[in-house]
Amino acid sequence: MGLKEFCFKKSLWVFHLSAGSCNNCDIEILDLLTPRYDIERFGMKLVGSIRHADVLLVTGIVTNKTKSRVLEIYSQASKPVLVIAIGACPCTGGIFTSSYNFAGPLDKVIPVDAYIPGCPPKPEAMLAGVVKLLKSKNRE
Amino acid sequence: MGKKTIVPIGPYHPLLEEPEFFKLYCDGEKVVDMEWETGYNHRGIEKICESKTFEQVFYVVERICGICSTSHPFAYANAVESIPGVEIPVRAKLIRSIVGELERVHSHLLWVGLAGHFLGYNTVFMWAWKYREPILDMFEIITGNRNSYAMFTIGGVRRDISEENADKLLKVLMDAKKKISLLTGAVMDDPVIHARLKGVAVLTAKDIHDFGAIGPTARASGVDIDIRRDDPYAAYEMVDWKVITAKEGDIFAKAEVRLMEMFESISIIKQCLELLKKENKGDIKVKVKEIPPGIGIGRAEAPRGEVFHFVKSDGSNSPVRHKIRAPSYNCITTFRRSCIGGTISDAAIATAAVDPCYCCTERMTQVYDIKTGKKMMNAAELIKLSQKKTEEIRAKGDKND
Repeated sequence: MGLKEFCFKKSLWVFHLSAGSCNNCDIEILDLLTPRYDIERFGMKLVGSIRHADVLLVTGIVTNKTKSRVLEIYSQASKPVLVIAIGACPCTGGIFTSSYNFAGPLDKVIPVDAYIPGCPPKPEAMLAGVVKLLKSKNRE
Repeated sequence: MGKKTIVPIGPYHPLLEEPEFFKLYCDGEKVVDMEWETGYNHRGIEKICESKTFEQVFYVVERICGICSTSHPFAYANAVESIPGVEIPVRAKLIRSIVGELERVHSHLLWVGLAGHFLGYNTVFMWAWKYREPILDMFEIITGNRNSYAMFTIGGVRRDISEENADKLLKVLMDAKKKISLLTGAVMDDPVIHARLKGVAVLTAKDIHDFGAIGPTARASGVDIDIRRDDPYAAYEMVDWKVITAKEGDIFAKAEVRLMEMFESISIIKQCLELLKKENKGDIKVKVKEIPPGIGIGRAEAPRGEVFHFVKSDGSNSPVRHKIRAPSYNCITTFRRSCIGGTISDAAIATAAVDPCYCCTERMTQVYDIKTGKKMMNAAELIKLSQKKTEEIRAKGDKND
């Protein structure tokens, strides 16, 4: 097992970044912490700084104003870091594709490991996405 | 004045759900001045709306804010329907009110949870969000999605509530009422919450008038305004309910108003469901063939205050101008009164007290000079810049020719 796989073997710490979202996905991410879904039983938790995190969850479209901040946060992350695009907005732009303030889908800005579509994706979908991603990472 | 320390919060900070930037100027522990900057979430929604048809705009305005995703379609529906003067069926009115009030319950529960989290009461956070889940489940049963319901359309609603689902909803609500009263008791009686919230970040009725704050923020300071009563829409005239107000104006009063409003909402939904049973065979939608030229104004009471939509039609199938004003736009200016003079540790709960929703508020782009970081461009300069670019492109084109 290499160091890279070892990093994602156990408790994943998650940093949440709202690039330009409508709050919907952000609230659903917070919902994961609450008793019904309770991701903390897997050792996952939301952390306050990207420097502590293994996973970067990005919600919302990347706007012109947040683009430089998203790049900055990605550069501050200790690598390897998994980037997950949550919701239709960072995956493709969704309903906001025609907006003049849309700086492109997330994978045009930073490398993305997993896409979880939906507006907003259900908390179960987010869990399933993370599990699938981890399985694929551990198989590599 | 002595030396001031600047405490920057944001734009990405563990305290904040959304990107926004606060700059607190502090003298010791005391906040003496503050500035804030938003605009990170600006998505150009008004312009997108103008490129969609009247029916499609519902799904765009729904995504202004994920938490109050019925209030914007509500106000937009009121605005568009006021142009041809459509009277929607009673059943549609009732269903609209039911969805709107259910949303108020879930939004206020969400706020109570977050406020508890900001105070360091994670138990309140976990409880409130646990009690919110059955309501989201009901949303999924009735509308098909936990958030962003897509229920509204011009002239009515898109989905009906069957009798079976109505009974289910009533059962869930009665269950939720018990749990909310338990939560209310726990929050209201706690001596530490009293110590943290009473007399903190007080807004007087004069402050509310000066800053133009609305919604629960205003009602907690004794200003009795509520669009549901003052300019009735949907089914709010048909049911019996009252506007909750408090006099103190501190954060505790705001919490009290929100907690009590949840009981009112549950009572409104209960009465609507009874009326819905009587209106058993009614239509849920009338057909609106076209929107004539004209101006429509729609207002709706969101969980955070009054939502205002202005729609101008020229007789084509899409709006020529769509102006949106969300409640947080009025409320967040009160930070200057509530935060300044308090301590840094109170600033977090004082900003959270108005239930700010920045993604609702982002209706404008501010342009800063990157080099100095200070100068703000005005509209005329922006237009000049745009014209210059066109000229450059034109000049290039001429060369290529």
